[in-house]
Amino acid sequence: MEFPGTQHLRNKDFTNKVIKIIKKLINEINKPIKFMHVCGTHEHTISKYGLRTLLPKEIEVVSGPGCPVCVCPAADIDKAIELGKRDDVIITTFGDMIRVPATNISLAELKAKGADVRIVYGPHDAVKIASDNPNKEVIFFSIGFETTVPLTGYEIKANPPSNFSVICAHKLIPAALELLISQSQLKIDGFISPGHVSTIIGLTPFKIFSDAYKVPNIVAGFEPNDVLLAILMLLKQIKENKYETLNEYSRVVKPEGNLIAQKIIEEVFEPVSSPWRGIGRILDGGLIIRDKFEEYNADKKFNIKIKKSQDIPPGCSCHLVMVGKLYPYECKLFRDKCTPINPIGPCMVSQEGTCSIYYKYYKE
Amino acid sequence: MSMKKVSSSVIRLAHGAGGQLQEELIDFITKNITYKKVGKGIGVEELDDGATIPLEDYEKEIVITADGHTVYPLFFPGGNLGILSICGTVNDLLMMGAKPLAITSIIIIEEGLKFDLLEKIINSFNYKAREANIAIIAGDTKIMPRGTLNEIIMATTGIGIKDKDIKILDNNLQPDDKIIVTGSIGDHGTALISSREGLNISSDLESDLALLSEIYNVLKSDIKNNHIHAMKDPTRGGIAAALNDWAMKSNVGVMVEEDKIPIKKQVNAVCEMLGLDPYTIACEGRALLSVDPNHVESILEKIKSTNIGSDAEIIGQVKAENSKKVLLKTIVGGTRFIDMPLGEPIPRIC
Repeated sequence: MEFPGTQHLRNKDFTNKVIKIIKKLINEINKPIKFMHVCGTHEHTISKYGLRTLLPKEIEVVSGPGCPVCVCPAADIDKAIELGKRDDVIITTFGDMIRVPATNISLAELKAKGADVRIVYGPHDAVKIASDNPNKEVIFFSIGFETTVPLTGYEIKANPPSNFSVICAHKLIPAALELLISQSQLKIDGFISPGHVSTIIGLTPFKIFSDAYKVPNIVAGFEPNDVLLAILMLLKQIKENKYETLNEYSRVVKPEGNLIAQKIIEEVFEPVSSPWRGIGRILDGGLIIRDKFEEYNADKKFNIKIKKSQDIPPGCSCHLVMVGKLYPYECKLFRDKCTPINPIGPCMVSQEGTCSIYYKYYKE
Repeated sequence: MSMKKVSSSVIRLAHGAGGQLQEELIDFITKNITYKKVGKGIGVEELDDGATIPLEDYEKEIVITADGHTVYPLFFPGGNLGILSICGTVNDLLMMGAKPLAITSIIIIEEGLKFDLLEKIINSFNYKAREANIAIIAGDTKIMPRGTLNEIIMATTGIGIKDKDIKILDNNLQPDDKIIVTGSIGDHGTALISSREGLNISSDLESDLALLSEIYNVLKSDIKNNHIHAMKDPTRGGIAAALNDWAMKSNVGVMVEEDKIPIKKQVNAVCEMLGLDPYTIACEGRALLSVDPNHVESILEKIKSTNIGSDAEIIGQVKAENSKKVLLKTIVGGTRFIDMPLGEPIPRIC
């Protein structure tokens, strides 16, 4: 889909020009550089367009925790599975989510055993299912970063039927990034920040990288030349010893973000210390539904408690892949025992998951 | 003989989606068949579009293809179950280089189906068979209790004939061959997904469902002279499955160029919106050809002269290196692999 004036973003001649400047800059910088992106869609773009094969070998681009499906803790999925076992419940969620292995099984396996688990494109479809099935409890298993939160918030605010409720497993990106950057052993020379999330929250939450941690940071779009331009902009800062948060995705991202969406998030949810699968508990890393809307909070409505859950199965390296410490093919299970057909870890499931993307686009 | 261990204890929908899981299922079913072919003919083991029965003392052989047709909804933009049944069967015969002669048809109907709906399907079936110049010579009908299937399922057997020395087979790709696609890819699957999901984002998107007879007819001499080494209609699993299948069976590498592969804007738009890969989406009226490089220009010209082949393109070539793999030169000049699709494409989250 093209915006006016964006044809160059998939244009090979433009790519060649950008690569030429990137090569010139890395020659001048004259040391190996490691960048991290934190968005599954960025990894998708990089891999789908073969961008790593175009970059000089001195530039490494690693994948951070950018897959919302992957970082959703097993305990939350277990909760959806427990509720889904009830005859009067319809579980609804995004397509990627249903195949993620939780402690014992996935929602897809629950569905195969006869439970009513349905894939929806968004919370609005779930509300419609609730209206159409007044005798059932329709639970929307709501996951995702800031991008999907406003949709769920909007539905909760819009007075949905009383048989609709939400398992809120949303995560917030900036808090996770701060945790990553404070882990000094990663030695990241620059961040490529997610354009979709920035569309909602604006540039300010990302400024902490450049301001406090003095690491250059570019908010980037998702076309191949968007990502290459972001890399060019990062290199330029490194060369000039600068550390700023700049916006490569200005055709979509406004500095202040989407104020209407932010208002909905603020009104319906509140930040909370939250566990990320493979990473651990992150201060202000997630959201819960405010008490004002507790009738739609499935946690309160059904009071399901998961006693013991397992995020990372034995042998799985998803927790290392997610923070850019390991490439998928360095995991012992990759491609051999762990495949998208039979995923062992969460990163092999979603099309945003680093392992799944590597499985599809790379052959070691 | 032991059964290969399958990666699931139950059959999933994805086992029918043309990817790796489907291969496992076919392997599971066919592994213990002991009598697999007639004489030196093509049998079940080759997993080609069809099989052959060589006729002793004749220069011809019979080509047989079996096909089950389940489509939902029964009527979709650009076609219906009846048309699909004829096209799918006839195209499989043509892709073996055979002249279609006859078809048998089995119709399994759910109790309660309206006669006028059946009539529409049957009329389309008959009309398309006439267009394909193929005789409907036998059939069977079964009715199943309500709820045991979705409206109608059809199963067909196609019968054709070809010269014994025509070898248009999946395992016959040669290094340096050029790969041609006869038109834009992914139209059928995308039109179906759009109508199924009620997206209503693109009212003019239609299935590419068509008989490939026109293309077969203009290429008869090239088929006879073995200028065409392989032909395949990229149905389930799209061109990703078809090209991987070729690369594996022929033990060659295939390199295709993204900016040469014709894809309609609407198809790209739907795929990007739903996070689907157009290379894995089914076509029902397109063919991939692997052809002798010395004849590629004239073959392309002949295909382009037809109504259904006007958008044909040379999209890549066959290489000795990277054997059993399919590589893509991306639109920005990078390189990556096209993998065998795994199963039913699932729309992704954001």
